[in-house]
Amino acid sequence: MGSIARIILQRLALGLLTLLIVSMVIFVAVNALPGDFAQQILGQGATPEAIEAIRKDLGLDQNYFLRYFSWLGNLLTGNLGISFAQMNFASNMGGDQLIGVAEQIRPRFMNTMFLAGVTAVIAVPLSIILGLLAALYRNTVFDRAANITTLSSISSPEFFLAYILILFLAVLNPVFPSLSNIFDGMGFGDRLNKTMLPALTLTLVVTAHMMRMTRAAIINLLASPYIEMARLKGISPMRVIVKHALPNALAPIINVIALNLAYLITGVVVVEVVFVYPGIGQLFVDSVKIRDIPVVQACCLIFAAAYILLNLAADIMSILSNPRLRHPK
Amino acid sequence: MSGTLLKIRNLQIEGRADETWNPIINGIDFDLNKGEVLGLIGESGAGKSTAGLAAMGFTRDGCRISGGTVEFDGIDLVNASAAVKRGLLGKRIAYVAQSAAASFNPAHKLIEQHVEAPVQHGVQDRATSQADGIELYRRLRLPDPDNIGFRYPHQVSGGQLQRAMTAMAMSCRPDLIIFDEPTTALDVTTQIEVLAAIRDIVEQFDTAAIYITHDLAVVAQMADKIKVLLKGDEVEEADTRTMLSDPKEEYTKSLWAVRSFQRPAKPAINTGATPVISVQNVTAAYGTVPVLFDVNFDIHQGRTVAVVGESGSGKSTAARCITGLLPPKQGHIEFDGVALPLDYKKRNKDQLRQAQMIYQMADTALNPRKSIGEIIGRPVQFYSGLTGADKRRRVEQLLEQIELEPTQYINRLPSELSGGQKQRVGIARALAADPKFIICDEVTSALDQLVAEGILKLLADLQDTLGLSYMFITHDLATVRSISDEVVVMKDGRVVEQGPKADMFQPPHHPYTDLLLSSVPEMDPDWLTELLEKRGIDNIGDAAVGKMV
Repeated sequence: MGSIARIILQRLALGLLTLLIVSMVIFVAVNALPGDFAQQILGQGATPEAIEAIRKDLGLDQNYFLRYFSWLGNLLTGNLGISFAQMNFASNMGGDQLIGVAEQIRPRFMNTMFLAGVTAVIAVPLSIILGLLAALYRNTVFDRAANITTLSSISSPEFFLAYILILFLAVLNPVFPSLSNIFDGMGFGDRLNKTMLPALTLTLVVTAHMMRMTRAAIINLLASPYIEMARLKGISPMRVIVKHALPNALAPIINVIALNLAYLITGVVVVEVVFVYPGIGQLFVDSVKIRDIPVVQACCLIFAAAYILLNLAADIMSILSNPRLRHPK
Repeated sequence: MSGTLLKIRNLQIEGRADETWNPIINGIDFDLNKGEVLGLIGESGAGKSTAGLAAMGFTRDGCRISGGTVEFDGIDLVNASAAVKRGLLGKRIAYVAQSAAASFNPAHKLIEQHVEAPVQHGVQDRATSQADGIELYRRLRLPDPDNIGFRYPHQVSGGQLQRAMTAMAMSCRPDLIIFDEPTTALDVTTQIEVLAAIRDIVEQFDTAAIYITHDLAVVAQMADKIKVLLKGDEVEEADTRTMLSDPKEEYTKSLWAVRSFQRPAKPAINTGATPVISVQNVTAAYGTVPVLFDVNFDIHQGRTVAVVGESGSGKSTAARCITGLLPPKQGHIEFDGVALPLDYKKRNKDQLRQAQMIYQMADTALNPRKSIGEIIGRPVQFYSGLTGADKRRRVEQLLEQIELEPTQYINRLPSELSGGQKQRVGIARALAADPKFIICDEVTSALDQLVAEGILKLLADLQDTLGLSYMFITHDLATVRSISDEVVVMKDGRVVEQGPKADMFQPPHHPYTDLLLSSVPEMDPDWLTELLEKRGIDNIGDAAVGKMV
């Protein structure tokens, strides 16, 4: 088991290094955006002196390196900075009621995680079961139907799927509410109810990948001698697939699941907008619009961390799914 | 029900290739009585495995039974439903595959896989079946039978896995077991143990068996009667002793005669001559695991040195040291009396050119996307700088040397060649560098005996015309006998004995050489019995029989 612990530690260190590099990329990219916050809030007619004054107040006039390292230093102490939009420029940069970026992002991020969680709970088992069944009944009507359905749903734009679901599940048959205006202190059942439509939309988006990878990974193994052996032992086809093929097909399946979960956290802006769901995606887009650099940077970093963590988890689980690594000679 | 357990009549099987169905088996018949062992022999492509699986009512994907009947204990397996067949498979008919390493599921422990059939078929509950499995492991002489089942397949050696698979086949006490080349992948010394174990357990439980193999000497030990197949047709069938002593058909006689190819002995080496390759005090390790210990041997101009040993004895590692792929920790390699840099990266083009390799699996050693002309042309261009028409001429000349018609083969892909032809291309690729010395790593072990003999003859001719030296790595002593001039016997990374061939096949030997030589199956049906008696191994677990059944 020592070797596995070593591999995991190595991957963790590598993940941190990646995050550091990503933080540089984020910083450079965000600062390369044309226009800045000062210009955005003062509008076209602003005098250069006024813009300069605000830039100075925000520290935007300092050089890049200094700003990067002070941002990084603050990050390490858990301080994500203060949103530009929260500041009160008229009253001399101040007041004690400033809400930090961290506090601003936290509720939005929790909402996004909740939506991703609900979607994952529906989509992951669904796609694995569909994939197993498609592998079992490969090249039959069922297999083709499952493939066509999931492929059409992944090929349609998300907002289109969202409106179709609204039409059928909110307008024609009012099962779920079409607006997901969730707020703090809401009960779990209520929250779940309001989250259902966005979650179902996202399920339609992510199922195809996972299902098709499950199917392909399993069919890929069906020609192996040990699968033939299982058949020659008179084992039922379902058991052959679940007990003999699936455990050996886990690594590629886990990787695709991780990729899709990461997408659920970082790529769901359109669905949030359609359902007015207060997730991190909307906050991110709004902040980019007004060049609210601290918020944009924090969101990017959270997205990057989510990707890295999920891929790390996938790597580790793939390693653990291999008995050769779990039980060395 | 009479004594006939399996009745196959006019069995025809077709395989699908390029959108058409091609015959694989064209009507074979046989009967198998309870407790009887039938040996099915033939070269690859003869249809023996297909016939063996068909006896279970099973065909691989892309194959179908197109005619004839398979009747097991009165049940028509050709027309039986999948559910009826599943009820028989594993329970009354079991299968032992060629490669146990590939046929055990890597994700589950051995005992899990052992108990699966009895539990799923409702023959025994888990605990009973597990206890029975351990008892079978004990009877098959697996080491540490109480615990070995709780290991994963990768934690157990090949010979042990093969015995565990035999135990698994026995788990429901079937009436019939199909053994599909169960010892082909094993070393000779391991093969003996597995053969003895299989034979005894089949006798004890009075199980009928179909034993599929290409090795005549092996089938002679195992079978009551033998059927010879050639390209899907039956050649002849007779009981084992008759078949061995008095084969009727030409083809059978030619199979029997393959082992007779032998090169005339060469004169002794001049004592003062400089060897082409001299391996001196070589010690090598993979990482920190030592694999070679102080290995010394010389290979002289125009001679063949056979390096013999079981898997893990360090034969291939020695070759890797010579080629510089694995730089030795100590010692050095001399070429024509001059020390070579130990790491191939530090060798110049001429030093690299002089030593070439031919691999065991021509299938994996040839790039499947390149034509034969490109495969051979690449080293021609790399080492001699020839391009265009000159390169093509050289490639054609090489193809002629390996007896493949250039116009016909130069544009083909490896997949369009037979196994023997692929190996010939491997030889041409080595010759393309115009080397003085070639390492042949088990070049004939994946080939049928008749084809292998052709390759050996080709190598011998090339040696005579080009004055090549060979290092011939093999575990097959028949090959050693036919091609070598000198022999080096290796065990556990050390050279245990070496000398001219004539001396090596004459006693007295080092005890290990003796063990190796005596483990090579002979075409005598009593050979295994006599050998076991001589080695003092009694029949396995006779005392336990009453308790078990």
